[in-house]
Amino acid sequence: MSAGAIRIEDVVKVYDPGGASILAVDHCTLDIAAGEICMIVGPSGCGKTTLLNAIAGFHSITSGAIYLDGEMLCGPGKPQAAPGPDRVVVFQNGALFPWKTILENVAFGPIMQGRLSRKDAEDKARHMMADAGLSGTEANYPGELSSGVRRRVEIVRALMNDPKVLLLDEPYRALDSLTKSVMHEALLEIYYKNRVTIFFITHDLEEALFLGQRVAIMTTRPCRPKKILDVDIPHPRNYSILTAPRFRELMEETVDAVHEEALKAFAAGEKEGA
Amino acid sequence: MVATQQPLEGVSLAMFQLAQWLRSPRPYLMFIGFALFLGFWYMAVDVWKLPRFAQLPGPDAVIKEWFSRNPSFGISLFTPDYYLDIWASVRRIAIGFVLATALGIPLGLFLGWSKTFREYVFPVFELLRPIPILAWVPLAIVMFKGLETPVIFLTFLASFYATALNTMLGVESIDETYFRAAQCLGAKRSQVFLHIVVPGAMPFIFTGLQISMGVAWFSLVAAEMVSGRYGLGYLIMNSYTDVKYPTIVIGMITLGLVGYATSTLVRWFGNRMMQWRVRELALSEAA
Repeated sequence: MSAGAIRIEDVVKVYDPGGASILAVDHCTLDIAAGEICMIVGPSGCGKTTLLNAIAGFHSITSGAIYLDGEMLCGPGKPQAAPGPDRVVVFQNGALFPWKTILENVAFGPIMQGRLSRKDAEDKARHMMADAGLSGTEANYPGELSSGVRRRVEIVRALMNDPKVLLLDEPYRALDSLTKSVMHEALLEIYYKNRVTIFFITHDLEEALFLGQRVAIMTTRPCRPKKILDVDIPHPRNYSILTAPRFRELMEETVDAVHEEALKAFAAGEKEGA
Repeated sequence: MVATQQPLEGVSLAMFQLAQWLRSPRPYLMFIGFALFLGFWYMAVDVWKLPRFAQLPGPDAVIKEWFSRNPSFGISLFTPDYYLDIWASVRRIAIGFVLATALGIPLGLFLGWSKTFREYVFPVFELLRPIPILAWVPLAIVMFKGLETPVIFLTFLASFYATALNTMLGVESIDETYFRAAQCLGAKRSQVFLHIVVPGAMPFIFTGLQISMGVAWFSLVAAEMVSGRYGLGYLIMNSYTDVKYPTIVIGMITLGLVGYATSTLVRWFGNRMMQWRVRELALSEAA
């Protein structure tokens, strides 16, 4: 697939709460190839979500520019991108509409955009859910399902729109580690069927190396790539690679960089508290 | 729990719930509660003749009067006047409540949804809202002709504030991520209103309607006592003037029963409208 290349060019974001300027993102440049899984790793509160919000169009940027397939999403003269179905976000705490059934949730995007009739959208939804092993949950409400199943539904809901990019904001943060490992394999399975660009934010290094083709380790506030690593373990992958020697090597190569930033974030947190 | 069992429906579900209820301690505790209340009332009035209570009618006098085919004070289950009063009150509540709901929910939705609209309207709304309904009585009588419309207006007004305010809070309670998710999925502003704002505010709206029903009865009775003809508030006030004490208590008990019935109706309707919430709450209780 050719579509879905993101270029983040010299992006700066300054927050201005109550007059105090806070530099959240500092001259960040990052290229993500079409159809690539790019993992963004950094400690909580380092500013990586700010970057995601800028791509999605929830927040403005102060300077720099972001391009999707060469087209400017935001940049000089247009500080904030317009949110749209070409870049769908899967949120940290989940955002399935609790008042809609699973089927209504999944079919929501194409119906809203007027791309498909209700019937066609629901047919497509059933089909994609069956593909992802989610058949049988169509008539349930989100509140009746486990959080693991809800996350999978949310990814299917995003893919219903044939997005160029999936933006995942620590989607598995609240899950226990066993569920998480199931979710990782399910995500890869979906990815092998629909090669979209995946921009995946996490603070979990193991998750990043397991899923990512590239891993960008970010500095903590202000946020900027500190180290960009190519994970040269071929896809398709499964959980057996966690114990592979190459995986352990990559872990060792990166763990210090991540730990250093975590310490900085911790110290900064202490300063704010004092 | 056996997950494969088919969920019960209709009559069999109702029977199952009844059986569960009878097996729990709840109905028996409820019975004891009522017995203690009536027992104290009887003892305080008829046996001990406590000061302050001695003037009141005891439960036996009230029940005898209420169920009498030939009541000494003119009002019982067998007199048409009793139902005339109930009907007058219920009709006023129905008109006031429906009007308040029809106007209050849209106002609340727009207040919560549009910042600009809110800047205009909310300060005025907040200034008028704390004025007690009773303070509106003289103006209501001046503004509206006849005996009926001022009473309905006062009932409406109290309900309207409660509904509009809770609806607005309902819109504010909706998590920002739902709006963002809807935008990501390509929903336009009007679609966001229809698919996110309205259903998202629904739980608060129905809480608001319960409160609104309560304050509607409150202001109705107050209004009926001051002006109006017929109605339970009028009956109570009139019986006081005419020294018909058991009739006062009959009016009060009737208010309790009819008021309870109307809030049950609102709750039932809310549950029908929000199956997603009913199921969610049922699961969290089971867990």
